[in-house]
Amino acid sequence: MNFDDTPQEAEFRATARKWIGANAPKEFEEELSKSSLGRIRLAKHDMVEVGKAWQKKKADGGWACLHWPKEYGGRGATPIERVIWQQEEGVYGKLTQPFQIGEGMCGPTVMAWGSEESKRRYLPKLASGEEIWCQLFSEPAAGSDVAGLRTRAEKKGDNWVVNGQKIWTSGAHYSDYGLLIARTDPNVPKHKGLTMFFLDMKSPGVEVRPIKQANGMQEFNEVYFTDVVIPDSQRLGNVGDGWNVSLTTLMNERMSIGSRLATGVPEMFEFCSNLMLEDGLAIDDRAVRSKLATWAVKSNGLKYTSYRAISALSKGERPGPENSIGKLVSGMMLQDIAAFAMDLQGGAGGLTGDAEEEARGQFQQMLLSSPSMRIAGGTDEVLRNIIAERVLGLPGDIRVDKDVPFNKIPTKGR
Amino acid sequence: MNFDFSDDQKQMRDAARKFLSEKCPPKAVRAVLDGKAAYDKELWKGLAEMGFLGVAIPEAFGGAGAGHLELCVIAEEMGRAIAPVPFSSTVYLAAEALLIAGSDAQKQKWLPKIAAGEAIGTLALFEGAGNPSPKAIKLTAAGGTLNGVKKPVPDGAIADFAVVAARTGSTGRDSDISLFLVDLKAGGVEVKELTNVDPTRGQAELTFKNCKAEPLGAAGEGWGVITQVLDRAAVLLAFEQVGGSDRALEMGRDYALDRIAFGRPIGSFQAIKHMLADMYVSATLARSNCYYGAWALSTNAGELPEAAAAARISATQAFQHCSKNNIQVHGGMGFTWEFDCHMYYRRANATAVTLGSLSYWEDALIDRMRKKNAA
Repeated sequence: MNFDDTPQEAEFRATARKWIGANAPKEFEEELSKSSLGRIRLAKHDMVEVGKAWQKKKADGGWACLHWPKEYGGRGATPIERVIWQQEEGVYGKLTQPFQIGEGMCGPTVMAWGSEESKRRYLPKLASGEEIWCQLFSEPAAGSDVAGLRTRAEKKGDNWVVNGQKIWTSGAHYSDYGLLIARTDPNVPKHKGLTMFFLDMKSPGVEVRPIKQANGMQEFNEVYFTDVVIPDSQRLGNVGDGWNVSLTTLMNERMSIGSRLATGVPEMFEFCSNLMLEDGLAIDDRAVRSKLATWAVKSNGLKYTSYRAISALSKGERPGPENSIGKLVSGMMLQDIAAFAMDLQGGAGGLTGDAEEEARGQFQQMLLSSPSMRIAGGTDEVLRNIIAERVLGLPGDIRVDKDVPFNKIPTKGR
Repeated sequence: MNFDFSDDQKQMRDAARKFLSEKCPPKAVRAVLDGKAAYDKELWKGLAEMGFLGVAIPEAFGGAGAGHLELCVIAEEMGRAIAPVPFSSTVYLAAEALLIAGSDAQKQKWLPKIAAGEAIGTLALFEGAGNPSPKAIKLTAAGGTLNGVKKPVPDGAIADFAVVAARTGSTGRDSDISLFLVDLKAGGVEVKELTNVDPTRGQAELTFKNCKAEPLGAAGEGWGVITQVLDRAAVLLAFEQVGGSDRALEMGRDYALDRIAFGRPIGSFQAIKHMLADMYVSATLARSNCYYGAWALSTNAGELPEAAAAARISATQAFQHCSKNNIQVHGGMGFTWEFDCHMYYRRANATAVTLGSLSYWEDALIDRMRKKNAA
């Protein structure tokens, strides 16, 4: 056992480090380092603009989407090289947030199902950040049960005409293209009547409306489609095969190894090390220590689980299913930590703090944001089902609507 | 990065699993549980023949001279099989104490016997309720004789020798504590077996009355050695706990697939699936923490104290969680003597306190993390 790079890995790391040292936007380093709990804020600059500049620079230097083939804008790098790049990119990796859905989900789907022409047209610009992609899957009536979606696409000549509504679309307001799954046949069971497309988000009839979230912020959108025309050449996979195509996308969502999820543990440790309670420092309190220790071992456990996956990649093996636990563990932990940090502040725990109370205010903000961590990208319950079914081999749920034509499925209870 | 066991080590794990599945089926554990024997002598002999008892003991002292990573993979299998033998007391506590503090002659006397399965050793540390602490040690050593009572002593009733922590000063500092080596068959020690939640690993009370003892390591340095021994044992025991967690999870999963209720396998109900998924999460976190502990142990890294505490906490929680919910998945059958669930539940909860309680290790982890952050 060791944590050392192989000679090739060390060489790659040195090359990456040197390039980053010479090219990274160092003027943002401090601000990026501070935004530790997922919310990236640049005081005087637009996140997307700064991100686009960094992504373009990376693309020009051959460091964007580096695990993709060269002809589609990548570097043809190995999985372990991608991990090393992420480690070296460090805080600047936070600037890639607007491109993550494109790189992680839309791109791989186009790569697997798109025509050669589409791949050459769209993937390099996606990789370089010149065109941003979003993912249009969830709907008001189709969250965890995404196959229950109702947005309709109807064939008219060589085109499709789309009507309906999507929701929870991150970045729709600044995206150029969207990956869209729609119902093309309501007369067959729900999984069988879906088809995958991509579309220009500037198409007539596309309306993006921001959603005001429970934490007061606006990061997600609703997207409405009114007679939106999509050429058939922008269909991915066969008509009716959209569910199968979507599995490529969702599989990639869960394959992001090495991207470390925020747990709140370092922040909490720091906070308890400095917080004075009536009878001394919080960290000297027995109850506080017990909770901190439990969180610390969970956070370490996630870190070393990702090390195991990285080791597998380094050997050219496929990582095991262990990494499926990441979001499930970190989401719950973030919420628990935030609540306990507020509790430690006693009667003042509800105050959201101001600039000089940064350490305090961050937990209140974390508390308000943390519910989304347990829902977005698969709820805790969906993740547990995945572990139970795919890792432990337990049977799938009994689905009462599985073989029923979609338009015969009840839409309301009681 | 190569944060994994080597192919050779994995082969050794497979060999241990195969050996234990043949020689240590649940029936063998039950024989000890039911009081038919104090421990499984045949199995103990077999473990010696396989070279497992001396895997981390240098060749010069009769061992295989492999190392601690090899011992970790064997420990995992011992825990998976909940083997009813004095492995943890002899190998993790007594042998490690000798390796750290023993003179050449002391090592020469006991280590080859341990490797050959001819001597059972233990560490006599606790004196009643409470966690490891120099203050809790009242047993005195003066003029080469010990006086006092130790309890509980793991496998104390079947041990041939014990490493005994004794008070040799009264300054209130750690240097008041020294270690001694006692041949338990040479007289001067009264042994009383104690009942405990896991009879497959016995506990005893040892009363020392003017008992002859030889010093182990330098006078006044006992507490430092104990701390090191406990850290090493924490990692090794954590591997046993991870092995036990995995087995308890598998038992629950298998039962959920097999048992039909309301016309379907109970493993198709989300209440059961989610319980099993959470067990998988605990076991996975524990395993990863254990790997880090194994790395620190095998390289004698400065990170060992922190890594050992983390492995210990994570694995204790995982084994308690998995063994408890394994019973829950089994429902009423899980609460029968006939089903094996309770053997894992017993082992999990006995192991959880055997090196000091969970809160003791939580405390240790926070102290060690603070020390690192301050450095």
